[in-house]
Amino acid sequence: MLLAIVVWPAIATIRYSFYNATATKAVGLSNYKSLFSTADTLIAFRNNVIWVLVFPFIVTVLGLVFAVLSERIRWATAFKTIIFLPIVFSVTASSLVFTQIFQLDPHVGVFNAIVQTVDDWFHSPGAYPLSAGQTAASLATSGVVPGPHGTLESSAAIRAGGTVQMGLTGVNPDILSVIGARQARVPTPVAGAVTGLVWRDFSISNPSNISGVLPGEDGFANLRLALLRSDGSTVATTTTDAFGRFVFSGVGAGPFRVQILASNFTSAFPGTFWLGPQSLTPTSNLSQTAQALLSVPLIDISEILAYLWIWAGFTMVIVAAGLAALDREALEAAHVDGATEWQTFRRVTIPMLAPVLTVVFVTMVINVLKIFDIVVNLGIDTSQPGGQSSTLASDVYYLGFGGGVHTGLASALAVMLFILVVPAMLFNLKRISGK
Amino acid sequence: MTVTTVTATPPVVEEEKSLRQARPFLKRLRPSRVAVNVVLGAIALFWLVPTLSMMIISFRPAGLFEVSGWWKVFSAPSQLTLQNYKELFTGGSSTALGGGVPSGLAPGSVLDALRTSLEISIPATILVTLIASLTAYSIVFGRWRGRNAVFLTIVGLMVVPLQVALIPVASLYKDMGSAFGWNPFGTISGVVIFHVAFGLPFGIFLMRNFYTGIPTALIEAGRIDGAGEWTLFRRVVIPLGIAAAASLAIFQFIWVWNDLLVALVFLGGDPHVPLTLFLYDQERTLAANFWIISTGSMVSIVVPLIVFLAFQRHFVRGMLAGAVK
Repeated sequence: MLLAIVVWPAIATIRYSFYNATATKAVGLSNYKSLFSTADTLIAFRNNVIWVLVFPFIVTVLGLVFAVLSERIRWATAFKTIIFLPIVFSVTASSLVFTQIFQLDPHVGVFNAIVQTVDDWFHSPGAYPLSAGQTAASLATSGVVPGPHGTLESSAAIRAGGTVQMGLTGVNPDILSVIGARQARVPTPVAGAVTGLVWRDFSISNPSNISGVLPGEDGFANLRLALLRSDGSTVATTTTDAFGRFVFSGVGAGPFRVQILASNFTSAFPGTFWLGPQSLTPTSNLSQTAQALLSVPLIDISEILAYLWIWAGFTMVIVAAGLAALDREALEAAHVDGATEWQTFRRVTIPMLAPVLTVVFVTMVINVLKIFDIVVNLGIDTSQPGGQSSTLASDVYYLGFGGGVHTGLASALAVMLFILVVPAMLFNLKRISGK
Repeated sequence: MTVTTVTATPPVVEEEKSLRQARPFLKRLRPSRVAVNVVLGAIALFWLVPTLSMMIISFRPAGLFEVSGWWKVFSAPSQLTLQNYKELFTGGSSTALGGGVPSGLAPGSVLDALRTSLEISIPATILVTLIASLTAYSIVFGRWRGRNAVFLTIVGLMVVPLQVALIPVASLYKDMGSAFGWNPFGTISGVVIFHVAFGLPFGIFLMRNFYTGIPTALIEAGRIDGAGEWTLFRRVVIPLGIAAAASLAIFQFIWVWNDLLVALVFLGGDPHVPLTLFLYDQERTLAANFWIISTGSMVSIVVPLIVFLAFQRHFVRGMLAGAVK
């Protein structure tokens, strides 16, 4: 059985790799030539190189750090279980989780939500952020005209004792309901004060009527307003209530204008598309092939992050087992001799753990050489052959089975994979026969 | 001189003793210890976020998915609902977002995928555990030549990427169809056979490592007493190696359960697909049925989760013994 399903097919694949797309005619080395000369496969090689250079090292270090630190806490078992859990989930399910985490919309994707929160500390967004391409001026509907610098102003001048109604449209009703806006109410005039209403002047039941407050039209709650003199200087500022009403009291005679401040409409950080092919390295002045080869796409980084989440538990458990088997006397001796914790770790623990760390590292190299599941699941649009996140293993699948079948090229890629794994195989053989 | 020494000694011992007693107390209060707890606590929380988010998403109404983040449930717990799970049984055609997914056990439904996953994983696990145990027994206690060479070959096979076998095995399956009238391509048996073949090298390696711990004298004694090989295997080796077999079985089960590639190649396009392939397909449909993706993911992680939590020790032991796959 091993012969039929493992050994013989491996040999057959080598034979296929010298054949054409439909495995009907021998073509010599031409598959291998195109392997190293077409941009599509070179991108796959590049991504495998990125994976092999970045992932095994980081995941081994993470495993080491987690294993060493967890020796100092009382809840080590709980900690290890939590870190280890993702490994029993399928990479497919985990990828789906991370597809959500990396969502573009900061309202849905945690990652962008965190970036947005941090960004908000520096540029705080308004209660009514505009969507992309929208301007504050486009919101003005009735009794409102665009003011300077993204503000909106009441169209008519107003004096103390008067009431002004300003209708806006083009704002998502969900935003209003999140803020807690209620059905708009026209305020009663107050002597000596300027009163008014800002409301969403759009009723589903009567969309064409844009004068007056209708049932189903909500007030703009929490809107920051200013009362301006005719020369543009500010007299007073206030905020609307849940019904969209506002009062400027004790302001003198007027005439005034009511201004809706631009800060109400500041857009928030729109989100970064972590699952996209954009390159992290500046490559704009290079040739197309060089660009394809030298860029590090964002999607690779996101995939590596997700894969670290999955595999750090594995390296941690192996390293922890290695730690437990260490000669405690050497560590004690180092302590007694006055070595600091860091010195002990650096000079005693790490050298003693070196064999275990090597095994973990090699295991992870083999693992990422064959990287497939996370690539096709997280990079749905970028893992096709030639896509920015395609790898050797994903190309083998797509060229071998999914559309655009080229048996010869797929086999040549599989053989390349096999050749890359051989050093690891020899390492294992040596280690096991040495035992 | 002697007097001073004698009188001087006790205080030193005393001092050392008090230092030794004081140390754990001081250690407990050291700021670095607090920092380690805080840092690891933060890491553990961070590690839980993805799992937690998927869980919460599966309990929120599908319509809310595109509108707001899952973390909103912390301020609005009333959003939690069992609706998505109910729809696993009733089908999602009733909701605006989740149309077109069959209900219950019909082909193409979540529960059918769950059943298919079990239909693949259970036989693949049993076969690998059994065949690997027998082969390892023969390698460790057999008396034929070249045992060591066979074992080293098997170790070498452990790292063979299964990609190299996909294309030839697929055409082998199809050739079997035309030669014997039985074509395993596109069938569950085809997937199981492939998984068993690629699970065996690791399985044999693992079982062999455990069996080498069994004293050969025990087997020899049995042989002298006239026990046949089958009896020896059943009466001596199995009881001793049961823990190892459990490790292997759990490891293999989770491995096969989580496989995507083999299922994709041999079952792609079939209405009966395992959970991983089901989720892969769902993610690619134009109108992504998110309620079904999140609940499907939960269903797909629950089984290995239960297996893992129930047999954690065995799983970790198997992994440590292997550490190569």
